[in-house]
Amino acid sequence: MDMVIETRNLCKTYKIGEVEIKALRGVNFSIDKGEFVAVMGSSGSGKSTLMNLLGCLDKPSSGDFFLDGINTNGLSKNEYAAIRNQKIGFVFQGFNLLPRTTALENVELPLLYDRQKKHANSAQKARNALCRVSLQDRFEHLPGQLSGGQQQRVAIARALVNDPALILADEPTGNLDSYTSMEVFSLFQQLNDEGITIVLVTHERDFARYAKRVIELKDGRIIRDALIQNRLYAKEDLKLFKQSEIITPI
Amino acid sequence: MNSKNIFKVAIRSILKSRMRGLLTTLGIIIGVASVIIMVAIGQGAQENITQQISALGSNLIIIYPGTTASGGVNKGAGSFNRFTLEDVEKIRKKAVYIKGITPIVRTSSQVIGPGGNWNTSIEGVSTDFQEVRNWKLKSGAFFSDRDLLSRSKVAVIGTDIVTNLFPSQEPVGKYIRIRNVPFKIIGVLESKGQSTMGPSNDDIIIAPSTTVLDRLVGGRYINLIQASAKSVELIDSAQVELRLIMRDSHRLNETEDDDFSIRNQTQITETFSETARTLTLLLGSVAGVSLLVGGIGIMNIMLVSVTERTREIGLRLSVGARSSDILIQFLVESILLSLSGGIIGILIAFGVSFVLNTYNIMTMIITPFVVIISFFFSAAVGVFFGFYPARKAAALNPIDALRYE
Ligand SMILES: Nc1ncnc2c1ncn2[C@@H]1O[C@H](COP(=O)(O)OP(=O)(O)OP(=O)(O)O)[C@@H](O)[C@H]1O
Ligand SMILES: [Mg+2]
Repeated sequence: MDMVIETRNLCKTYKIGEVEIKALRGVNFSIDKGEFVAVMGSSGSGKSTLMNLLGCLDKPSSGDFFLDGINTNGLSKNEYAAIRNQKIGFVFQGFNLLPRTTALENVELPLLYDRQKKHANSAQKARNALCRVSLQDRFEHLPGQLSGGQQQRVAIARALVNDPALILADEPTGNLDSYTSMEVFSLFQQLNDEGITIVLVTHERDFARYAKRVIELKDGRIIRDALIQNRLYAKEDLKLFKQSEIITPI
Repeated sequence: MNSKNIFKVAIRSILKSRMRGLLTTLGIIIGVASVIIMVAIGQGAQENITQQISALGSNLIIIYPGTTASGGVNKGAGSFNRFTLEDVEKIRKKAVYIKGITPIVRTSSQVIGPGGNWNTSIEGVSTDFQEVRNWKLKSGAFFSDRDLLSRSKVAVIGTDIVTNLFPSQEPVGKYIRIRNVPFKIIGVLESKGQSTMGPSNDDIIIAPSTTVLDRLVGGRYINLIQASAKSVELIDSAQVELRLIMRDSHRLNETEDDDFSIRNQTQITETFSETARTLTLLLGSVAGVSLLVGGIGIMNIMLVSVTERTREIGLRLSVGARSSDILIQFLVESILLSLSGGIIGILIAFGVSFVLNTYNIMTMIITPFVVIISFFFSAAVGVFFGFYPARKAAALNPIDALRYE
């Protein structure tokens, strides 16, 4: 299988004045195309740091990181920008939608910075992405007119729009209630079934079981890297959730 | 990002906060409008002066009593020889470069006519007046040398006098009374047109200099002498000639300075134009300062905007924007803001000048030069004051920007 991600002894050290914080201390793993990986670990274990490196938002202090076969070591700032644009879709905990900007325009955003101009019709491309996250009737809505779950789906559509090799999500359901979280996971599972590689960070062990594989970090090192046994499906859980709501009145 | 997208993004962000955009550009709007209006007022004044002086006649040379106190000792008022009709006669006899010469005896008075009373100025002149001042008659005739010799009580009047004293009748042949002296009107001057600077050219009564001296002013002194050179090329020679004749007439020896000064029309025009130009420059630069202040306003708002939109910048970077894309976006935003301010300012200036010109409140001349300069200046303000905030925005790194609260 094609390797989407390969890291070799990836390290990241933050320096604040004299103090050095070793956020990642030699991380090795590889992720194949079509995988669905949940990154777990306690707070401060280096999950966000790792995601930022994988997302080419930040450069490692040492070690190598291959993305889609390209060694990102020594690439220029502009080449990093091009990789973020072409290969990666990033989903944030706080949605990060542009305020007072319609869902459609938010989703179009990565296409504006697409220098290769793969897409003749960016508006159509953005509409398709919104349809994929079931927001076909919310094109002209502003973020303020959407629920949290809907906003996160707009953000996922934005991550999808440029057909990236990889979707990275740092605690995508951190700001959502558990029902809406399940909806978002159901969407991720659906996208993964369509062949998109997904790496996401979650704190909830229950949610990690929607993934196919879990990588657990502690103090900047991988302490567990395993396939999920008894994988759960968010769609089914949602069904159960609805039924229980009908049966047990409050 | 291609240029179409750059403008799309910049216009979208500006439209998202219209009120702020308008307030930001207000400084530029006021700045550009006031620069153009001020310069237009200055140039209008300049044009007025030029027009009025050229209305005096071609090849005009004016001799004033007294010096303009440049070098030498100012002898003080009254010590110089005032002009008399003898001076005029001497010039008429001796000068060869002169086509015509007239004394000017000025006074002003209440004038009574069939239409009522009117306060106006009276000039006593010679028969050369029409020649010297290049002024034709609308009707009637000018007075003759005989009138001049016999001190006839005749007058030629400007069209303003006709309007005010003879509203509904032909004035030629009628009488007016100036200081209780009846004058017979024998002619009406052509209109020289209204000018906004000073009194109208047409608000005047012309009479023989001898009559005015005798009946209205009393005494023998005339205010000044006007002459016209035979041609434009001969103006300089005529001035030299006039000076020598006047020095001779006033019996000045070699050590004495002139007790009169001679100016030609070009010199007078230049003096006044120079003043008007200085005025224009002064007005323009005062207004220019307000344009600069407007630019600082733009910088201020752009800086606030960069801080406010830090997360937006982080997001744009995270979806693949280059630093240069961010730089250009903010730069284009500030240029668009200042340019639209500039355009609105230009339109306002045109509106103001249209109204003031139409209702004859003030002559304003907007030259394309000023408009083009202020247009590009407002663009330059956008670049200059937008660059620092834009560079600040472009220097952000995606993670810090995204984390910014
Ligand atoms: N920009 C930074 N500058 C300095 N130190 C940092 C920076 N970002 C992270 N760190 C440090 O690196 C370590 C790992 O941080 P990181 O954000 O990766 O943790 P995390 O696993 O994502 O935690 P959480 O679950 O709370 O999000 C922490 O000790 C943190 O203090
Ligand atoms: Mg984190």
